[in-house]
Amino acid sequence: MLCIVGTVPDDRFTLTQGTVELQGNELRIGQASVGVNRGTAALLAAAATAAAVLKQPAPSACLVGDTGNGKGSRKLYRHMIDVLPQKAFQTITLHYLQPLIHWHKKMQAVIGDLTPRPCLIADAGFMYVAKMSGEAALYDLFTPDVGELAFLADEEAPHPFYTRGFILHENNRVPDLIARAYRHNNAARYLIVKGEKDYLADASGILETVDHPVEEVLEAIGGTGDTLTGLVSVLIDAGMSVREAAVAAMRTNRLAGQRAKPTPATQIGDIIRHIPRALEAVLSECGRQAE
Amino acid sequence: MAHLGFLKKKKTQENLSDQQERTERGILVFENTGEVIQAENLLKQHGWEVRVMGPPPEIRQGCDMVIEFPLIEELRILKILTTAGLAPLKTVPVTSPLLQPVDIFQIRDYGKYLMVRAANMKLTVDRETNIIVNISGGGCPDVPYLAAAMVGQPLAGAPSPREIGHTLCGYALQLAYEEVRRRCSV
Repeated sequence: MLCIVGTVPDDRFTLTQGTVELQGNELRIGQASVGVNRGTAALLAAAATAAAVLKQPAPSACLVGDTGNGKGSRKLYRHMIDVLPQKAFQTITLHYLQPLIHWHKKMQAVIGDLTPRPCLIADAGFMYVAKMSGEAALYDLFTPDVGELAFLADEEAPHPFYTRGFILHENNRVPDLIARAYRHNNAARYLIVKGEKDYLADASGILETVDHPVEEVLEAIGGTGDTLTGLVSVLIDAGMSVREAAVAAMRTNRLAGQRAKPTPATQIGDIIRHIPRALEAVLSECGRQAE
Repeated sequence: MAHLGFLKKKKTQENLSDQQERTERGILVFENTGEVIQAENLLKQHGWEVRVMGPPPEIRQGCDMVIEFPLIEELRILKILTTAGLAPLKTVPVTSPLLQPVDIFQIRDYGKYLMVRAANMKLTVDRETNIIVNISGGGCPDVPYLAAAMVGQPLAGAPSPREIGHTLCGYALQLAYEEVRRRCSV
């Protein structure tokens, strides 16, 4: 089963764990509901939509309210440390959380003892803290955009805010940035790099490139990276290899974006609506049917 | 060899000068990033020359930053901060180079829309109406919160990330926000 861990931007939202159901523009987890917008809610909505297409169980979510003061994130780290030994998640996707190095190290100590070891996917704040902690290599997949890739490539930067200028200037040299991130042990086993072209890479270099369809404005739309992470998480959890899942997710995300006829003002909910048809089309092209 | 000896002496003098300059500066360490932002605002309002910087590795916890200040003014600065209820956890002399925040903006011109990226944060505005239409990027939990508060608002009336943000991503968004305002003459 897939578990998605993250935050919602409301300090009143208490720690909630359960199966996610998407109802229109609302995510329901037990009695709690969350509006679908950017951030972990967008990731969850894409994942729940994809799981329905694949006739897979809906993902489980572990959410807490946090508007940036870190209080909710601390509760969530503590909760995951307590419950993970009793759970048997096959895939865990870790998302918007306050990067706190000591809590990350405690959580990794618990995950390291899990048998079998779950597939670990990190994006957003959790990807930052994995790199800050020097433990990026414990993860199976990171999903940075090109700016975040520059942060991974900068061995001295503890946060993208401190990425050195000479590395940021290398934005158009994605293969060099990927190589540098792996050289300093600051990348997961695989990287999906989101941008004008999407890439799947590992320590040997770029494995796959997806550059169609092209919708340049997607970069401006908050949540398009989150939906990609949600899609690839579900596909991996459904049993695809990381390579196959990454290509299918990158193509689906682009196709859903194109079908929304986006402008820079489009909101992510308008794209998520197009995921079912886009995913069906991509699965059909690659000779896979929804199970 | 005489030339080399001269170069060595010059280098040593430069190193000494750098070191002296650093030790004349100190850093203020706070409980969280939100307090750093408030303290920076307060000190700048009082006319102090302070800079937000990355903390040295030995005191790094995660999403954090410190304020660099002239060490000779420590007592006066601490008094202002303490009076405002923003006493730092500690002050430390600067003994090694600090990480500098990103100062490069990447601009994307979509015609009617303009996107500015600072570090990992992107802010897009409708140039005809000056309405903020999207915020993307980032990974700290205040990003969705800031986006919810700012998207759909006019540049001139939107809450500033500096006022309601808490993290480095919020601070990066502030830089993008200021650059968009500058470019749109708001």
